[in-house]
Amino acid sequence: MTGFAGPTLEVRDLKTHFFTRGGVVKAVDGVSFEIGKGRILGLVGESGSGKSITGFSILGLVDPPGRVVEGEIRFKGENLVDQPEERLRAIRGNRIAMIFQDPMMTLNPVLRIDTQMIEAVQAHHSVSADDARQRARDALGRVGIPSPDERLKAYPHQFSGGMRQRVAIAIALLNNPELIIADEPTTALDVTIQGQILYEVQKLCRETGTSLIWITHDLSVVAGLADRICVMYAGKLAESGPVDDVLDRPLHPYTKGLLGSVPSRNRRGSPLAQIPGMTPSLMSLPDGCAFADRCPRAQGDCRQAVPPMAEILPGRLARCIRPHLEDQA
Amino acid sequence: MSEALIELRGVSKRFVKPLDVAAKIANAIGAGMREEVVHAVDRFDLAIRPGEVVGLVGESGCGKSTIGRIAAGILPPSEGKIFYRGTDVTGDKLRGGKAQLGTQMIFQDPFASLNPRKRVEDIIGEAPRVHGLVDRVEFGTYVDAVMRRVGLDPAFRRRYPHQFSGGQRQRIGIARALAVKPEFLICDEAVAALDVSIQAQVLNLFMELRRDLNPTYLFISHDLGVVEHLSDRVVIMYLGRIVESGPTTELFRSPNHPYTQALLGGVPRIESRKRDFAPVTGEIPSPLNPPTGCHFHPRCPHAMERCRREIPALKEIAPGRHSACHLNDG
Repeated sequence: MTGFAGPTLEVRDLKTHFFTRGGVVKAVDGVSFEIGKGRILGLVGESGSGKSITGFSILGLVDPPGRVVEGEIRFKGENLVDQPEERLRAIRGNRIAMIFQDPMMTLNPVLRIDTQMIEAVQAHHSVSADDARQRARDALGRVGIPSPDERLKAYPHQFSGGMRQRVAIAIALLNNPELIIADEPTTALDVTIQGQILYEVQKLCRETGTSLIWITHDLSVVAGLADRICVMYAGKLAESGPVDDVLDRPLHPYTKGLLGSVPSRNRRGSPLAQIPGMTPSLMSLPDGCAFADRCPRAQGDCRQAVPPMAEILPGRLARCIRPHLEDQA
Repeated sequence: MSEALIELRGVSKRFVKPLDVAAKIANAIGAGMREEVVHAVDRFDLAIRPGEVVGLVGESGCGKSTIGRIAAGILPPSEGKIFYRGTDVTGDKLRGGKAQLGTQMIFQDPFASLNPRKRVEDIIGEAPRVHGLVDRVEFGTYVDAVMRRVGLDPAFRRRYPHQFSGGQRQRIGIARALAVKPEFLICDEAVAALDVSIQAQVLNLFMELRRDLNPTYLFISHDLGVVEHLSDRVVIMYLGRIVESGPTTELFRSPNHPYTQALLGGVPRIESRKRDFAPVTGEIPSPLNPPTGCHFHPRCPHAMERCRREIPALKEIAPGRHSACHLNDG
């Protein structure tokens, strides 16, 4: 795969559906995006928007009754959909790594950190245990864990929450992945600890050229971190584009509503520009645009057909037939 | 201090984990094991005027929820006194009558704080009925009115909590608190579990209630954006102590304490793009074994020898603004 010039990851029309007794839940329904080498993509959405399932789908981690029913996931040109499990296993944790919200999803509570890290290295590379330990030590050092030699011998419960998340990140880094998928990794952490993790991650992408997908509900975290933003709503992308454009001049009414809901965007003490209603159930989505019932601009034709994801301005896509063009400078 | 609705004076709270049998036996042969003591709150002073909204901010383990529980009368303080409208209500476990009913709490987790086996009308209506605020005849209309007040459709009154979304459940929790006509609402991370767009709806509800009913709020949160938006006055805590307090606008404009500066600097904001994150170093120390002197000194960029030895006093640095830092003496 040397000399591959295309994007690190290209997702085309991904559909991940869950076939439950109550009906088909279209958790991810036609999502497309790509991410280049060393770039950071922010995948933003509220609970139930399908952002995490998108991340899981890339790694082939969707369990029944869910499965990827359509679409392509091209990692350096290779389509990962329908690859045999052995092939995915060779990629997972090696060339694509994942960081979860809860670090205990990565860490085994009854094994020492060094055991787990050495295992992760040796699963993909035939190196001696000493070399693997050396790599583990270096990875802990890179994420800012003090005295990594001693900390290697500790168990997960002997770390604080922030430190545990660092260990999980260090494990993700072990095999120098080309892509990291981070699913809300700082949501459970305190502000000062979140700042530390963001700092480490940012430094890492700059230094190693690793691409990063940062999945979050928090627009202000991706504002400082990402190059591009994709906003998801009810299983589909609502809008995507460069971070400054999307946050300063949103095209989609949902993005605009989301931004208006953030307290710091409003005058202190004044009512927040809230979005009325609540997220629709994925089992019974309305016809047409899924956001129409909550949208201040919706008219009759919004409820007739699902609007296509269209390039409304150069490099900026939105799934809306009445985008906020009046805000564009 | 008769003007304050509620006042905490010199309140401390220690949680002690007693020695178990094995440790006692070990001590009998001279192991010298000691009880584990967590100083959750250390000599905390706070007075809230009627109608004021005070934001209490801090990171996990700083004791902010403990303060909320002590103010609500759920938890007795280890030391110090609590005054409600000038009357000492310390240790008054059920705070007979007005003080107790007048103080209500709204909790973080809308899934854990509602009884799953009760209908919404009972969750909301039980307390006012038991306390004789409404009689049997008015009960239905009263519950309807409270539900409408928080933006719930009264048609849903016979439903159970699991039939509602997270945001609606939080509204039920708010309705339950409002049903006894409280003067003082303690919101402990009341919007932390909600999605951004739902959070905005609930924050708007809090502001509407303030306009219409004018309750006093103690708003406990780790989210500085939320606190800045709602509060008149902000109190910043670190490891059980107040490090800084002051009117919201001024405190956010020019934070005095190095910890407040670090905290405000660390908050990601939509306005700041592609920023270089420059973190505060170090971990939050364990409250089991807090640092000597100023609790923040191991992480403070300005720490001096004196910070290691001496606890800085909370001093007035400008009218209405207090900060606990030795740098202000220099």
